[in-house]
Amino acid sequence: MNKPLRRVAVAMMAMIVLLLANATYVQVIRADALRNHSGNSRTLYQQYSTPRGQIIADGKLLASSEPTGSERFEYKREYADGPAFAPATGYFSFVYGTGGVESAENEVLSGTSDSLALNRLQSMLTGQQQQGGNVELTLNPAMQQAAYQQLAGDGVRGSVVALNPRDGSILAMANSPSYDPNRLATLSSDDQQQAWNELSEAPDDPLVNRATSTLYPPGSTFKLITAAAALESGEYDYDSEVTAKSSIKLPKVDAQLPNYGGATCGTMPTAPLWEAMARSCNTAFAEVAGKVGEKKLRETARSFGFGRDLDVPMSVAPSSVGDIENQAQLYQSGIGQFNVRTTPMQNAMVAAAIANDGEVMKPHLVDKTLAPDMSVLDSTDSEELGRAVSPEIAHTIRDMMVKAEQYAGDEGKISGVQIASKTGTAEHGEGKDPHGWYVAFAPAEDPQIAVAAVVEDGGDVGASATGSKIAAPVARAVIRAGLQGGG
Amino acid sequence: MAATSTNPENRETPGTGTTGGAATPTTPTRRGTELVLLGFAAVVVTCALTLVNLNQESQPTNQILYYGLAFLALFGLAHLAVRRWAPYADPLILPLVAFLNGLGLVLIHRIDLGNAAEAERAGETFNPAAPSQVLYTALGLVLLTLVLLLVKDHRTLAKYSYTCGLVGLVALALPAVLPSVIAPNINGAKLWIKLGPLSFQPAELAKILLLVFFASFLVSKRELFTTAGRRFLGIDFPRARDLAPVLVAWAASIGIVVLERDLGTSLLFFGIVLVMIYIATERAVWIAIGLSLFAAGCLAAYSLFGHVQQRVDAWLNPMTSDAGYQLRKGLFGMATGGIGGSGLGGGRPSIVPYAENDFILAAAAEELGLLGLAALLLVYLLLTARGLRAALAVRDSFGKLLAGGLAFAMSLQVFVVAGGVTGLIPLTGLTTPFLAAGGSSLVGNYVLVGLLLRISDASRRPQQPSKPQPQQPPIAEAHTELVERPR
Repeated sequence: MNKPLRRVAVAMMAMIVLLLANATYVQVIRADALRNHSGNSRTLYQQYSTPRGQIIADGKLLASSEPTGSERFEYKREYADGPAFAPATGYFSFVYGTGGVESAENEVLSGTSDSLALNRLQSMLTGQQQQGGNVELTLNPAMQQAAYQQLAGDGVRGSVVALNPRDGSILAMANSPSYDPNRLATLSSDDQQQAWNELSEAPDDPLVNRATSTLYPPGSTFKLITAAAALESGEYDYDSEVTAKSSIKLPKVDAQLPNYGGATCGTMPTAPLWEAMARSCNTAFAEVAGKVGEKKLRETARSFGFGRDLDVPMSVAPSSVGDIENQAQLYQSGIGQFNVRTTPMQNAMVAAAIANDGEVMKPHLVDKTLAPDMSVLDSTDSEELGRAVSPEIAHTIRDMMVKAEQYAGDEGKISGVQIASKTGTAEHGEGKDPHGWYVAFAPAEDPQIAVAAVVEDGGDVGASATGSKIAAPVARAVIRAGLQGGG
Repeated sequence: MAATSTNPENRETPGTGTTGGAATPTTPTRRGTELVLLGFAAVVVTCALTLVNLNQESQPTNQILYYGLAFLALFGLAHLAVRRWAPYADPLILPLVAFLNGLGLVLIHRIDLGNAAEAERAGETFNPAAPSQVLYTALGLVLLTLVLLLVKDHRTLAKYSYTCGLVGLVALALPAVLPSVIAPNINGAKLWIKLGPLSFQPAELAKILLLVFFASFLVSKRELFTTAGRRFLGIDFPRARDLAPVLVAWAASIGIVVLERDLGTSLLFFGIVLVMIYIATERAVWIAIGLSLFAAGCLAAYSLFGHVQQRVDAWLNPMTSDAGYQLRKGLFGMATGGIGGSGLGGGRPSIVPYAENDFILAAAAEELGLLGLAALLLVYLLLTARGLRAALAVRDSFGKLLAGGLAFAMSLQVFVVAGGVTGLIPLTGLTTPFLAAGGSSLVGNYVLVGLLLRISDASRRPQQPSKPQPQQPPIAEAHTELVERPR
């Protein structure tokens, strides 16, 4: 019986060889496909097994990883003050991925960045747990909270962006309505799904970052660019006389373009350019735009950043002057109507450029990336996007904006601080309440903060809303928080 | 371990290893080797346990050393029993078993830790599997000792062959016929008998009893099977009445599938009978007949029974089918382990349902990698090869058939389990010998190993010369004799 026994031995060996071959197939050849399979929760658990880095702003912890005690999800993402900072931090969800800085700086936060390779090796050798790097934002927490409270406290829809005009760092970027990223970072996929469905189906789009993604008609705030184009053309200066009519006929079409409330620009037939700016006279700036011409207007807008793709690190939708087919449309475009569309970020850049003697700085949100031990990996250098206008022209416009501030409402004014500003009230369709705008920088003589605020659809005032009524108080509160440390 | 397995043993079989020219050849018992190898197994298991503890972030304590020593002491007692009652037994079998059982305990403990953490998070109570596995290990070793003590000569078992066969069949059929109160349907199979807190899977013991019966039956009826019946298509077919045992085994295994829904035991049972008939008759035609019958049975079972279709579906489409959930999780774990594995205690084996019993090989493959899995499979190959060696060397036919059957039974069980877990063949409900958590499986396999030790002892024991050979003078010393004078 030994012959069959030997054959059985061979069969047993063959069985083991078969098993080994199949195990090799699964664990080596097919391994990557299995690891990346959509149903494989292990890849996810891997992300949750090392503490993800912190997101910090001026010493305030915005996002952190807290141990859960669970083997599957060892750490949970937590957001302090979630809704206020959500436009900056974004979210970290195992069902819906990442957004905001969580997405843009994912490699640093998860610890997989090349710049953290040395740290990974170190923790591997010492047997310590691998950690993600940290990200320090440029946000000023007091300003950010003030911005969010101003919008959300009134229950209005809108957005605020505040920049440091000198280096382009983003001091505040708030939206209303916002969302709580904690709801998307829960450990229950059901809860995440419910939160996501609620947020994505909400009528007011809380998940949209209005500051960088929503394009609004800029209304009268665009007059800053029209004025810049006019001054650059050399045909105008601070005191150039422009029409003061309460209403003008648009060229070649049978339509009138009136001033706000049908008022004349002062008491004279003409008014100096600065007064037209201060009183926000539509008729004057429509004619100025018509004289300057489409080409010049577009050039100037482009020099302020219109039409550019920006990453701050979230991408900013390019603002645009829009198509202009005839003189009548040019007139309307000159006062920020017709097809002109701009993001709050772009409008803040306009204010910041004027504040910064005409130089446009690239806005940025990430100040530094840090290793787990808080040593600096990389810090963002301020970057010039280009010159919008000469310093002289910038100063001229600044002086106009100081005058304009005197004509704007008084609500929320800060004593002892001279603000340079421009309001805007943008109509955007028949029967809809206008959007209110306010772009400003302060202090006017030594600008530290440039801000743009937009409140949608008349805010809480309705059809009688103006930029100075609904947007100015919001932006002024943000400026106050920035200049007085939130007091 | 592989290095010690191949050569030296061959030279120590009686009659071949005499080098000193002694009159009576002395076979070394090699019990010292066994003790050294047991110590080695204890060291490996202790190191594995230390790794688990280190990776689970607890400090290594002296406790682990005590566990290692307790492990060594437990198997040391078994070693003493072997030394006393089976002194010539194969010195590799017990250490290999100790290695598998010890590593199994470490893996079960490791999965316990994962399950406990998960249960704690969910606020559920959790019963660890490792303590009862330790208890069953001790019980198994007691039974192994009892087998060595009570079965002084394996040939005595042949006398009880019909008793064994009857008890085995009853045990096999018992869960199917007993009411669900005592024999509950667990995970779609009726395999268990539950008496209060005790639960037992009779198939594990039935397997060995039926093996004894078949070995004895086949040896006594050997000639009947070797006689050819009709010659058809160039193949000598056995006579129809000689086919009866095969048909009975086939029918019984189909019955198991139908009544107990236990595909694994059915496959195992039929495979063992087939191979034993082949060993006994030395005719490969039995394998051909058996496989065709099996194929027909499979097709019939597939078309008739939903649970068989479910298993096949899970096997073919593990990534998409609902039934493939466990296999899918296991494959993900194996892929995560890759070649080197995550390290003991570093993976997430408890994600796979029933990781501590059905899928312990997936847990091993995840934490020890392909290399660890290959090592484990080779240990099984080594263990079963030692069993076959005993079969080759033992002198009586019953012993040969029994040892061959036992060794092949374990080998086939490993193939069916590992093949199922790695997706090579459809998944069935068998346990990995010595590795997986499960009392009846562990105890049953210790009885099996006890029998193998007994037969290997018989095979290596120096043969008592039954009748003294008449002393013949050497040819060289014989004096020449004149037969016929040449002319």
